[in-house]
Amino acid sequence: MNLAAHAPILAIAVPLLGGFALPLWGKLHPSLRNLWLALVASLTAALTGFVMVQVLTTGIQVYTLGASSPGETLSPGGFPIRIVLTVDALSAFMGAIATLLAVVAFTYAWRYLEEEEGKTLALTLGTLLWAGMLGMAFTGDLFNLFVFFEVTSIAACGLIGYRTWTSRGPEAAFKTMVMYTVGGLFVLLAIALLYGEYGALNLAYLARLIQGTTVDRIALGLLLGGFLMKVGAVPLHMWAPDAYGEAPAQAVILLVANTQTSLYALFRILFTLYGGVANPAIGWLVVGLGMLTLVVAALMAVVQMDLGRLVAFGAVSQIGYMLLGVGVGLTVISSQPAFGLVAIQGGIFHMLNDAVAIGLLFLAVGAVEKATGNRNLGNLGGLGHDLGWTTGFFLVGSLALAGIPPLNGFASKLMIYESSFALSPILAALAILASILLLAVFVRAFQGAFLGPRLASPKPVPTAMLVAMGVLALGVLALGLFPELVVRHLVEPAAKALWEGREAYLRAVLGG
Amino acid sequence: MSVVVRTIARILAPVILVFGGYVILHGHLTPGGGFQGGAVAASAVALVLVAFGTPAVKRLKAPFSILEDLGGVAFVVLGFLGLGFTFFANSLAGMGGLFGTPVPPGPNPGYLNTAGTLPLMNWAVGLKVIGGLGTVLVLFGLVGRDDDR
Amino acid sequence: MIGNTPFVVCMILVALGLWALLSRRNLIKIVIGIKIIENGVNLFLVATGYVQDGIVPIYTYAPPDATMVLPTPQALTLTSIVIGLATTALMLAFAVVIHRHKKTLDGRKVTELSG
Repeated sequence: MNLAAHAPILAIAVPLLGGFALPLWGKLHPSLRNLWLALVASLTAALTGFVMVQVLTTGIQVYTLGASSPGETLSPGGFPIRIVLTVDALSAFMGAIATLLAVVAFTYAWRYLEEEEGKTLALTLGTLLWAGMLGMAFTGDLFNLFVFFEVTSIAACGLIGYRTWTSRGPEAAFKTMVMYTVGGLFVLLAIALLYGEYGALNLAYLARLIQGTTVDRIALGLLLGGFLMKVGAVPLHMWAPDAYGEAPAQAVILLVANTQTSLYALFRILFTLYGGVANPAIGWLVVGLGMLTLVVAALMAVVQMDLGRLVAFGAVSQIGYMLLGVGVGLTVISSQPAFGLVAIQGGIFHMLNDAVAIGLLFLAVGAVEKATGNRNLGNLGGLGHDLGWTTGFFLVGSLALAGIPPLNGFASKLMIYESSFALSPILAALAILASILLLAVFVRAFQGAFLGPRLASPKPVPTAMLVAMGVLALGVLALGLFPELVVRHLVEPAAKALWEGREAYLRAVLGG
Repeated sequence: MSVVVRTIARILAPVILVFGGYVILHGHLTPGGGFQGGAVAASAVALVLVAFGTPAVKRLKAPFSILEDLGGVAFVVLGFLGLGFTFFANSLAGMGGLFGTPVPPGPNPGYLNTAGTLPLMNWAVGLKVIGGLGTVLVLFGLVGRDDDR
Repeated sequence: MIGNTPFVVCMILVALGLWALLSRRNLIKIVIGIKIIENGVNLFLVATGYVQDGIVPIYTYAPPDATMVLPTPQALTLTSIVIGLATTALMLAFAVVIHRHKKTLDGRKVTELSG
């Protein structure tokens, strides 16, 4: 039995099994539960890494569920009737980001969550969210994408609102759940339209069949709307500050990974499913939404007094950069100039950079909250005297987010600026302005919370949380100092999978 | 609730549970299966909750929760059984033994002993749904009293 | 046009649900609006599987040479109903918790978070 071929489905099934079994262990003894979680997490991380190595060396991996051999995608009639997992370079990249953030989140949660605050529940929901994200990244079937979309929505909203002894958490969770569910229903309506028209659900098979009829365009609009609701682009971003602000810190970085996985699904739909009928107007729409998100979120971050909501608006703004980069690539994909590939590379590299930098910032805010008990900038001051490591981490995260060299934000933002300038100079100018605005906001926050005279005496931060933040900070520095390595080996295959890899994707599933 | 409702609930609840079990068991032959049968069986729990009030079902909270977890674990483990071919492959069909009789082709009156891992997965899903819906119902009944989370 | 009637009805249901979702303040009515949208989408999904003069897709005691209605959309709709059950249960649970804290279900009054 060739275990290597089964790696994609095992990467999804192991955290699923772990999540179902976790409450059973938790009822026996907490340390058994911790041991089980460590086992499941390390096994999933190893499997995801293995899948990524396989994809980068041998090409697109295809796995058919329930067939007599993994490669048997087509039934004897030439029609795919089973669920097919298709892992190309971009899917593996997305799975790696999700795994990195999940492992860091679980390390952080070791000491961040107290036993009586429902730790078992939070860990179970986190594991199921991880399984859902990996499922969304690896699948090649449209309805399976919808199912994992909903699984991640439910798990994410459960994580946001599980502190039911306060009222802010459930309120944020209710609003977020409404947005996610309506988005999911739009996606389901689009899938129903496409199924009724073509009778197929497999992404590759549908991609060959789609022409640009009116029903197809309605379906594209619904899909775009549904996924943008989950991604948090302006004007559908209302849930993001509440959700990121009210969830416990280890849940927030899982939510960031969740948002980026939905962004990946959007790119998969735009480039692979509708790639045959590509239209520059859609690309301009994505670029416009990206610019709107950038500017509006940066402006709204200026007036925030709560540290968590401030970083949340920063996170929303970074999504705008990713939309801008990939949108520029989508606009020029038919004529294929060189700057289009650079734009897509910038957008995808920024996904990794943003995940690491924003994750670091949110974890630092969580550490501040655990040490002092509140997050309002009016009550905090002079934390740099006692929380030395946390101050350093917050500083590194802010500079990385604003795009200061030699940290990692600079590398990806430079690629985005270059390519958007080649498309239209206004885009680059506005993006740089928003970046400067965000830098000002974070400098104000840093100065208000960490510098100046001591206003409160904080408790020390547990070591496990510091270790988790340290891993992310190392990632920020490493990606900033050696961007070439990462771009050449990880980002470029992923970007090429979108830019010119559509035919290879279709061939791998449908067999030429 | 009045005497009439309580008497009828006492008679009907086992009947509804049996019907739910029947729908789960014959999921591979007639319409039904894991979720449908589980929902029917959970309606028996709802009937008891409405007729007798919350104290009657309060001690079922922990058993339902464990049932739900066991159902989920069983489902994924059954998926692993097919790993000789691929995940979720039906390796028990046509093999003899439990649920293993091969199916004759064409329309026929359904034979219960067929279809390999399908009835087992139906049972796993059915138990999970009963456990899940039961937990939800009991927790909603406990709202406003000495509830926890 | 007559053949398209199921689809038109489903789109009307979705539009009604959207209007209920956007124009109501009571949290429970918002959840009901989402349920109406979901019912409309599920009906749409089942209606795509209709084959002219088709019978129920069950093999037991089926007459030979029978045209059956497509069974795949029925399986998809079943999955969607289960997902809708889970999301509705979660939303109602959060509404109950909000009511327990604030003693009101008015969407305008529960906004503690702003900005």
